[in-house]
Amino acid sequence: MTAPVEAKAAAAHAPAVDDVPPGRTRAEGLVLPAMLGVLAGICLVWNGILYLTALWAPFWWLALFGDFVLIVLVAERIGRVVPPKRRKLYERTLAFGFPVLALIAWQLIVDAGILNPLWFPQPTRIARALWDVTVHFDRFSETSLLGRPWLIPSKFESDGWAGVWSLFAESHVWATLGRVAAGFVIGAIPGILLGVIMGINQTVRLMLDTTLSAIYVLPKIAIFPIVMLMFADPFGEGPKIAVVALSVFFLMAINTMAGVRDIDPVFIMAGRNYGARGLSLYRHVIIPAALPVIFAGLRLALGTALIVIISVEFLRAKQGVGYMTFYYWEVLNPEKMYAGLVVVMILGVVLTYGLQWLQRKLMPWARG
Amino acid sequence: MTETNARAPATAPRIVTRNVTKLYDTVAGPMVAVDDFSLDVADGEFVCIVGPSGCGKSTYLRMLAGLDTHSSGTIHIRPGSDPKKPLNSVVFQEYAVFPWKTVIENVAFGLQMRGVGKAERLEVAQYWLERVGLRKFAGYYPHQISGGMKQRVSIIRALANDPEVLLMDEPLGALDAQTRIVLQDELLRIWEETRKTVVYITHSLDEAILLGDRVILMTAHPGRLLATFHIGIERPRTVETLNTAAFAELRGAIWDQLGREVTRAMEMQS
Repeated sequence: MTAPVEAKAAAAHAPAVDDVPPGRTRAEGLVLPAMLGVLAGICLVWNGILYLTALWAPFWWLALFGDFVLIVLVAERIGRVVPPKRRKLYERTLAFGFPVLALIAWQLIVDAGILNPLWFPQPTRIARALWDVTVHFDRFSETSLLGRPWLIPSKFESDGWAGVWSLFAESHVWATLGRVAAGFVIGAIPGILLGVIMGINQTVRLMLDTTLSAIYVLPKIAIFPIVMLMFADPFGEGPKIAVVALSVFFLMAINTMAGVRDIDPVFIMAGRNYGARGLSLYRHVIIPAALPVIFAGLRLALGTALIVIISVEFLRAKQGVGYMTFYYWEVLNPEKMYAGLVVVMILGVVLTYGLQWLQRKLMPWARG
Repeated sequence: MTETNARAPATAPRIVTRNVTKLYDTVAGPMVAVDDFSLDVADGEFVCIVGPSGCGKSTYLRMLAGLDTHSSGTIHIRPGSDPKKPLNSVVFQEYAVFPWKTVIENVAFGLQMRGVGKAERLEVAQYWLERVGLRKFAGYYPHQISGGMKQRVSIIRALANDPEVLLMDEPLGALDAQTRIVLQDELLRIWEETRKTVVYITHSLDEAILLGDRVILMTAHPGRLLATFHIGIERPRTVETLNTAAFAELRGAIWDQLGREVTRAMEMQS
């Protein structure tokens, strides 16, 4: 299996070495379109052969894998002749072009009836479902995706701020965001503090390290029933926020501890020698030195927080993006279920960007 | 009689080190890092300590700075007339310039920790930046400047702090040869103007002779005082001093006097 692949790679490689110098002397504008043409041609031949032999439909995954390999091989060769000033464009094209191609492939395969559109609705239908859940109010569960922001002016006029609040309160996205934000803050701040203490103080570290590591690996969803019992209203927001906070807390404590322990001792010596004591040593030396690791931890914690809250909403919620996703699965509306998953992904991206913004604000020295 | 009394404080050593020993407890038993080390440093004196790596010279410096404890003996830095002045400031080998502070914030750090107001400490920092030609880089972060510049920042961070004693732990050790020469020259110039008491750790005998009033040689395992040399080369010195006959003569004399002993000791340890 590996031998022909190697031979093919070698064959593809050999002419490339000879071609590159004349390729560069030729008009650069011609090289890229030519290579893209070659790519399209090869893909066409590959898929055409499979199609004509009636092998495409039963072996569509193999065909797509072949396309993937062909694109990689050709993109690599294009990458070698891309002039430096177009390099960014080339990298962006790869980063964004691939998911677009994947979506197109998905669309075509379902359109052709190879995959069942009931379980794998086309991207266009998911997009339409997403638009649907955005603009419509679900009368049965009395919820909407974003809380119908276009109603804010009229609600404000009729009911004042209470009216505006009622709109926010019906929203899946705001419910999930609120739980994640509250749990994140409640969990991360004590987690970071405990992590710093464990990083500095050996006694506390020895006492807690094993215990924290043990609880850290526990799936937090498994202790959700117990967390529910700890609250006066087991079905309210308390347990949901608490379980997010717990997952964030242990991750941040362990991560921050590692970050503080990794601080170069010379920085702490310098801080002490120049008169930093107690709190000022933390403020000017230990916390800034540990910030890169703390932010790496926050990013992981954000992912964990989303996973936990979506699972909790699957289990026990009357609102939230996770609830919405599961609800549309139960009523057998896969397009809207996929729309819910898309919303989760968008939330992940938006929150990550928010965290990166905060990082740039708090760590201006790490820029560039 | 009164004359002697009046002169007594001025001639009293700034740093007194008597029979200092440092033991480390290891699994294999106690390890002697510094053994029965004694050294007095006069006010305004530039003392260089030379020795191979692992001879305990950095350990001694950290004990002087109060960043490490000693097992026995006494170490004392005599406070000056101004009690607010810090006793010592260290210039570390790896620069130890804080990456999260700008150049000027780094230089003003010691003053900030002592509660000096913002305007005043930035003014002092600005003065020192100007003296080493870094005025333009005041707002830069350390990762944006070169190694030589970082070490200049580290040196003037100590000087801006205006300590009684300046402790330098192989400050030029990590720099390339050319930058090193430039900074040696700069150090000589600044010292000529400030006349601080300096304890300077290095493993280059040439650098020690060029900079110091006195050169202390140490051996390793355990770290012991091997010999002391007074450097009579007149000041002001510059890197040109390295090419003078007086320098060559003195270096030759030191090697002669040490003879095989040092060579053997240093080879054994390296």
